[in-house]
Amino acid sequence: MTDMKKDLVIIGGGPAGLSAAVSASREGAEDILIIERDTRLGGILNQCIHNGFGLHTFKEELTGPEYADRYIRQVEDGKIPYMLDTMVVDLAYDDGSGDKIITAMNAKDGLFTISAKAVILAMGCRERPRGALNIPGFRPSGIYSAGTAQYYVNMEGRMPGRKVVILGSGDIGLIMARRMTYEGAKVLCVAELQPYSGGLKRNIVQCLDDFGIPLLLSHTVVDIKGKKRLEGVTIAEVDENRKPIPGTEVFYECDTLLLSCGLIPENELSGKLGVRMNGVTGGAYVNESLETSVPGVYACGNVLHVHDLVDYVSGEADMAGKNAAAFILGRTGTDDGNVINIKTENGVRYSVPSVVRPALMGNTLTVRFRVGNEYRDKDLAVYLNGKQLMRLPKRVMAPGEMEQIVLVKSKVEEIIAASEAKEHEVVIRVEDKA
Amino acid sequence: MTDVAVIGAGVTGSAVARELSRYDLEIVVLEKESDVCEGTSKANSGIVHSGYDAKPGTYKARFNVEGNRLIHELSKELDFPFKENGSLVLALEEDGRAGLEELLERGRKNGVPGLRIVERDELKKMEPNVSDSAVCALYAPTGGVVCPFNMNIALAENAADNGVTFRFNTEVTSIEKKNDEEGRGYYRIETTGGHVDARIVVNAAGVYADVFHNMVSGDRIHITPRKGQYCLMDKTAGGIVSHTLFQLPTKLGKGVLVTPTVHGNLMAGPTADDVDDKEDTSTTAAGLDTVLSRGALSVVSMPRMTITSFAGLRAHEDGGDFIIGEVKDAPGFIDAAGIESPGLTAAPAIGVYIAGLIRDILKPCEKEDFIGTRKGIPSMALADEEERKALIEADPAYSHVICRCELVTEGEIRNAITRTLGATTVDGVKRRTRAGMGRCQAGFCLARTIPILAELLGKSEEEITKSGAGSYYINGNIKDEL
Repeated sequence: MTDMKKDLVIIGGGPAGLSAAVSASREGAEDILIIERDTRLGGILNQCIHNGFGLHTFKEELTGPEYADRYIRQVEDGKIPYMLDTMVVDLAYDDGSGDKIITAMNAKDGLFTISAKAVILAMGCRERPRGALNIPGFRPSGIYSAGTAQYYVNMEGRMPGRKVVILGSGDIGLIMARRMTYEGAKVLCVAELQPYSGGLKRNIVQCLDDFGIPLLLSHTVVDIKGKKRLEGVTIAEVDENRKPIPGTEVFYECDTLLLSCGLIPENELSGKLGVRMNGVTGGAYVNESLETSVPGVYACGNVLHVHDLVDYVSGEADMAGKNAAAFILGRTGTDDGNVINIKTENGVRYSVPSVVRPALMGNTLTVRFRVGNEYRDKDLAVYLNGKQLMRLPKRVMAPGEMEQIVLVKSKVEEIIAASEAKEHEVVIRVEDKA
Repeated sequence: MTDVAVIGAGVTGSAVARELSRYDLEIVVLEKESDVCEGTSKANSGIVHSGYDAKPGTYKARFNVEGNRLIHELSKELDFPFKENGSLVLALEEDGRAGLEELLERGRKNGVPGLRIVERDELKKMEPNVSDSAVCALYAPTGGVVCPFNMNIALAENAADNGVTFRFNTEVTSIEKKNDEEGRGYYRIETTGGHVDARIVVNAAGVYADVFHNMVSGDRIHITPRKGQYCLMDKTAGGIVSHTLFQLPTKLGKGVLVTPTVHGNLMAGPTADDVDDKEDTSTTAAGLDTVLSRGALSVVSMPRMTITSFAGLRAHEDGGDFIIGEVKDAPGFIDAAGIESPGLTAAPAIGVYIAGLIRDILKPCEKEDFIGTRKGIPSMALADEEERKALIEADPAYSHVICRCELVTEGEIRNAITRTLGATTVDGVKRRTRAGMGRCQAGFCLARTIPILAELLGKSEEEITKSGAGSYYINGNIKDEL
């Protein structure tokens, strides 16, 4: 016996969870609960006070809190229930009923359980720590993830340091280079291990170039000095195998090192539920409905794969909410048994979704993915059962910018109809210009 | 006049203090850092060795085997995490068999129970992910893993509960032998926080023990800091092995161990490089490479899931054995020096032995109200459903998660700060509760832990440090310098 019963529980009240809730409600789901661990809805958007959000979704430039507010208002207006300051600590599958059992806790209700027909995983991601990069040296204070620094400056009005080196050119690091500069800190440089940036081009221009902050590509931190507070870092150039080149070391005196070296989807709960995970994305494997390997459990946003733009998170979550509503209301449609596996190769690292049941896809389906290297003047080629579906010329593709293709149902059905088999294959790959 | 001054609040000093606190004595522990467990005790393998490694007849052999036995009991009495997971010394080539038999014989002489050699088939059953090149292994069922922080903290807390005074940020600068008006000898210890006069001095100063020994004795000792580097991996990698896997030393070197930690992470290390600087706990690229590549020899596939790396300094004395006991030309000055591996395991036994020496010198009465047990901080992560409910009911702060990776709540952090010898730094909270020890390494919880420390210590957030003076985090407010 659980303490509560719900049709749909959404874990996480950030951009993904909010959009999923709004969409599920719009589609007719009534008994929804959003569980948020922080003191307010909005997730990481609350500390992203810079603008540039919403260009795709709202055709205007919003700050993070403004963007979140658009969705929070819809949640409030739709009277969708949510719990704040509530942490989900366990997630299990009830084999008998197919219900998902959520264990959560907060100060008001203590530890309690909820059984839900459907669950949407929207827990977001966290930042990769120094250890994951194995940077040698001492372990003083003054080394922060870029997101921690952002929290300090934007949420608490506190300065985590004054003289800053940033390692990694992920978007948060780029944004923080500008932010720290605005607040009077001196940002000496941004070092990036790869020969290309990990962030969006627009952020390099607006956050580094405009402030004269050098971006050192193919460079990394090779030593950290300071027993107590950070005293400085040594940066060296790296060769094509990402190994430091002796003799290129330069010491930068600084009191702060910010790390912006990638994000990791936060999937501890998904693991407890036995959701099948993708080693490349760190998120779940999902089908065209964004449903994981566990029936009735959907995933969206950065817990599924790390996005560059919140607009895409909202769009993806909208779809997860819609499909979760259909699942609850028994409207998922009839499957005809055809399955398309999406294979990514030759520079394409993964795709979301990775499996498509054509009978259950919408008229169009957006497939998102990333390439593993920087490519210039190449084609993105997509094949279905060996037949070329599309060929998109690309001036530049980089790991820092998510790519997407749109599958058209009518065209997909036309090709698979020519095949006897039920199993089909889409291949997405980088190719030389035709 | 203090009866006993212990220099160093590491695991050895704390074990001595805890055993001495059974007696009606005035005891002070002098520690240069801001917390217990700040030197060698915090950066080691966390292994409870069974005792086959040390040469028979040495202090290392004796105190290792005794210490192993004591930790089994002590972990229950003082409530710190310990697991007897057993250890395996792998012979990675056929000619290693002779080496294992030598260790087996040595272990038997040292009184290690249950040792035997397991052949490949059995080994593979015990450790499915063991390297294919492992030919056979020495199995030591009494080997274990312990939380080195909480073992040290538990010993110190219990000592403090029994009246021992701990003085932190108190660095000993000189020690002088003196006589009082009645002609009784004592030591004057000058520190950065004034002087302490004590009848007995226990030198448990880790890599600095030679410095203090040589202040009072002409019979000089010499300690070399021997750096050991480690990589700690994510908990999802923790299950690849269940025993502690040592490597039999080969022509390639001494070997690196691969072990689950008591908390379920995977750890590999250490390297062994002598350094000059007693404060050089920096890791090096070459060292971390060695850890991962040598460690990889023990398992089928080494996970690339490092979440943090660190280095510790072992106190290696030239003679190679522990130096334990009263210094011949300095009566009342008792060494616990050269405490390198298996020092963590040996510490409780060294504590009992040295407390015995002091009892024989000072002939104190035993306390009637000695508190033999200590309760650790409750852990939400380890608690079952009923325990969790009860904790939250008693204090709703146990429902407020601060460290998401390790599921550490505000209740646990408050407990860690307000208890006996409570945490005063972020590292202190981390070592007591595991907040910040997970896969994001405090990216999220740091900014939530600092305000709790500030509130409970009555300090500003600017004054909260990572590990004592100078290691501040926050540097004023935004707009300050505009």
